[in-house]
Amino acid sequence: MGSLMQELNQTALDNGLPISVQLDVTYRCNERCVHCYLDHDDHGEMTTAEIKDVLDQVADAGVFFLTLSGGEVLMRMDFFEILEHARALLFDVKIKTNAFMIREKEADRIRDLGVRTVQVSIYSHRAEVHDAITKLPGSLKRSIAGIRLLQSRGVKVIIANVLMRQNLNDYSGVKELAQELGAEYTIDPTITPKMDGDRSILPLGIESTDLRQVFRNPDLVGNVEEFCAPPSPPNDDVMDETACSAGHTACYISPYGELFPCVQFPLPSGNVRTQKFIDIWNNSAQLNDVRSIRARDLPVCSTCSHVGTCTRCPGLAYMEGSMRGPSTQDCEKSFARTGIASANMLLKASRRVMPALVQIAGLAQ
Amino acid sequence: MNAIYIARGTKLAGRKLKNQMIIMTARDSVLSSLNELGTAIWDAADGVTPLVEIVDKKVCAEYSVDRAEALKDAEEFVQDLASDGILIVSDKPIATSPDGNERTRMKLFESTQGERS
Repeated sequence: MGSLMQELNQTALDNGLPISVQLDVTYRCNERCVHCYLDHDDHGEMTTAEIKDVLDQVADAGVFFLTLSGGEVLMRMDFFEILEHARALLFDVKIKTNAFMIREKEADRIRDLGVRTVQVSIYSHRAEVHDAITKLPGSLKRSIAGIRLLQSRGVKVIIANVLMRQNLNDYSGVKELAQELGAEYTIDPTITPKMDGDRSILPLGIESTDLRQVFRNPDLVGNVEEFCAPPSPPNDDVMDETACSAGHTACYISPYGELFPCVQFPLPSGNVRTQKFIDIWNNSAQLNDVRSIRARDLPVCSTCSHVGTCTRCPGLAYMEGSMRGPSTQDCEKSFARTGIASANMLLKASRRVMPALVQIAGLAQ
Repeated sequence: MNAIYIARGTKLAGRKLKNQMIIMTARDSVLSSLNELGTAIWDAADGVTPLVEIVDKKVCAEYSVDRAEALKDAEEFVQDLASDGILIVSDKPIATSPDGNERTRMKLFESTQGERS
């Protein structure tokens, strides 16, 4: 990250200012991705006027980076009205879409409105794999067509490749596709639980041995030796660190006005339908609780050798039971990177053997 | 000398953070910041107020600077921003002043940074 961006984030952090917001304008979607964490029914989305009012408030609070996502954003008939309003407020806008519905007219408007980035999920370069994940026949073809229309207009596109068992062998192909299209490429091997806590989709995630291979691919991680290096002993600075920007300089707003620290951290912290955004940001007990957490406060993770390098997500930890607890998925990533088990993994292993040991001891007596 | 008029560019994002304007260009993802003086000129870039009037009101009236030097620096500053699409510069009033963006770098009132994000 560049120095100006770091300075910007630090200024926001030091002053308790929100600088990034993701607003999901709908959970409705034309695709039905097998790993999706959302309920796609409409339970009463915010109206156009409500969303515009939220955007006004968020801009007044100082937010600069705005991500408009869903669901599929173009399922809302008023999406461009919302986008136009957001750009009039001078947000730096990123759109997350599957690009299925982006035709000439939509691409023109996205360009004309000065959207800086459009992120599109592509799961495979092969239609039979991609379309099987989205459950929408023809979706790869349409998404690629949408990307081409955006790229030809000079709109920056990022292809996001969620990695799971179904598409494990296709990430090289997706990366080549991104290069051919002139798009950036990112890969994410994390399958997250559903927003309601349902963990039934987690088995879609790739095996630990496969993750280990992914982490040793220099095309994906750069310097493998550095990326997979054993963690250094943590110092006091590390123990005083916070987990991420969630709740500190960033937050998430659902289509129903609920405010959470992050889209991946569904801790109810307020609702912009009944409260002012700035009041929630400044006074929410939940957000203040999140902000109070330092590495040294984590019962298990503070004892872990990975504490300074782990990507521990407090949202995943929250969905696992406690925002101060471990995130097992991140433990597995640390293990896959370095081959060193996390404190959480060791703890679980010891718990598993304890009953047997007790039983043996009892028999011996 | 012909009058210079300035308006904000259209494909930019901008936000004032602690009296400092931050700007991101959509075209090339360059993040920039404007110092207090640059921000004042940005704020005044309405397309119809001549630059010389902006310099008089926002610079010379507030700071102890040589007027000719301030104007020269301001002209370089706005031309520099125009080359990045942050400002629109014209010798005629600019009819529409769309939503804009900015950045900085005045010799008198230091502050620039431009970096790809």
